[in-house]
Amino acid sequence: MQAWLFGGSLAIAFMLQLMPLPQPLLPFKPYWVGLVLIYWAIEAPERVGLGFAFLFGLGSDVLTGELLGEQALRLVVLAFIVLRFRARLRFFPVWQQALAVLALLLNDRIVMLMVRGFAGEAMPSAAFWIAPLIGMLAWPLLFLVFDDLRARLRASE
Amino acid sequence: MAIARTDNATLFAGDAVSTLRLIVYLALAVALMVLDHRGGYLEILRRAGSAMVEPVYRLAAFPADVARATRTAVATQDRLASENRQLREQLLLAQARLNRLDTLVAQNARLKALLEAQKNLGLSVQFARLIDVDLDPFRHRIVLDVGANQGIAVGQPVIDAHGIMGQIVEVLPNSAIAMLITDPTHAIPVVVERSGVRTIAYGSGAIDRLELPNIPLSADVKIGDRLLTSGLGGRFPAGFPVGEVREVNADKSGMFAAASARPAAALDRSGEVLLLRDQPQPYGPPALQEDMGPPAELAGPAPEAQAGSP
Repeated sequence: MQAWLFGGSLAIAFMLQLMPLPQPLLPFKPYWVGLVLIYWAIEAPERVGLGFAFLFGLGSDVLTGELLGEQALRLVVLAFIVLRFRARLRFFPVWQQALAVLALLLNDRIVMLMVRGFAGEAMPSAAFWIAPLIGMLAWPLLFLVFDDLRARLRASE
Repeated sequence: MAIARTDNATLFAGDAVSTLRLIVYLALAVALMVLDHRGGYLEILRRAGSAMVEPVYRLAAFPADVARATRTAVATQDRLASENRQLREQLLLAQARLNRLDTLVAQNARLKALLEAQKNLGLSVQFARLIDVDLDPFRHRIVLDVGANQGIAVGQPVIDAHGIMGQIVEVLPNSAIAMLITDPTHAIPVVVERSGVRTIAYGSGAIDRLELPNIPLSADVKIGDRLLTSGLGGRFPAGFPVGEVREVNADKSGMFAAASARPAAALDRSGEVLLLRDQPQPYGPPALQEDMGPPAELAGPAPEAQAGSP
């Protein structure tokens, strides 16, 4: 059952990433794929290693990407940092975790900017930096929902 | 028990995320990006995986479709009636305009026949619907529900009722991805309708803004000028509305004027679009070379060959 939840959450992350929003709201969309990866890297590192992050990123690139490997790189960096600090992140209270997630997502944006800079793309507008904040706000919600689901599954097993 | 497990997991994670592995994966990702940047393998991969990718796009667009369908279903009779009336009026207006155009087209055809002109402005279009998914908010891409199986090719211009929207950049078997003219990496050759000044409109990254950064100071560009495609470059056919000039300023160096324009097409609202079928290649430089063949006296076989080739 845990495997189903794991797979399902990844699929939902892809869906949310692709989901359309009204034009003015688009910059506010958090990086769902990254958030879900952070969650599983904290909670189930036996499933989420760097190799998994790489493959997950490649899948995401095929779905939404422009350059093959961009999101693979971003997610590997994300997973690496999370796994390194996992022992600490795990026992943070939720609000502190949310701050850590903000830092992670901001770092992710910087990596993204670097990659796109090297690929010769134009600098994005200031709205580019809003999404990590929304990601931070979405984190407690995502965390509580998944923790609850997993607790229920464990109880039913 | 639980504590022991956590400890193990921490230890395991510590091993799994050695810096060496990180470097290997980063190198792999960078290598992939460089290869893809040079060779465009992502497109090949995506096309190979299109059996997977396309259903995912449709699935992701599904909630929005349902929402729209529900809105239509619960819309009041009153509102539908008024919308209907409005559309009827618009249709009437468009029809009247078309009728006038028809005579113009006929006249044009006659004049052209007199001039023995080969080119024709006939517009062959294909209807397409947007699949409502968002690939990346900072890249202006749209997904259309027609693809290679419907005869779509990379480079076809995409228009809506008001003007140029963009061009196809990637084709899957049953869907296609188009780049909008407001994408920061897009540029489109335009001409100012009133004065005939030629320049290039770049995408700004904002959905309601185009940049025209390098207009000569002496050029005649004013606020409110309409921009049309110039047809130079051979990608977009000439004469389609692109936008309307909103602002004209001197740029930082003071050597050029920089203007910004609002796109004519409803880039963020159009649900249905038209794809121009025939590539406007005949308007570009290659056709000119063909025309510069043998002199008119020897034209007997030459037009034959030309008529046969397209």
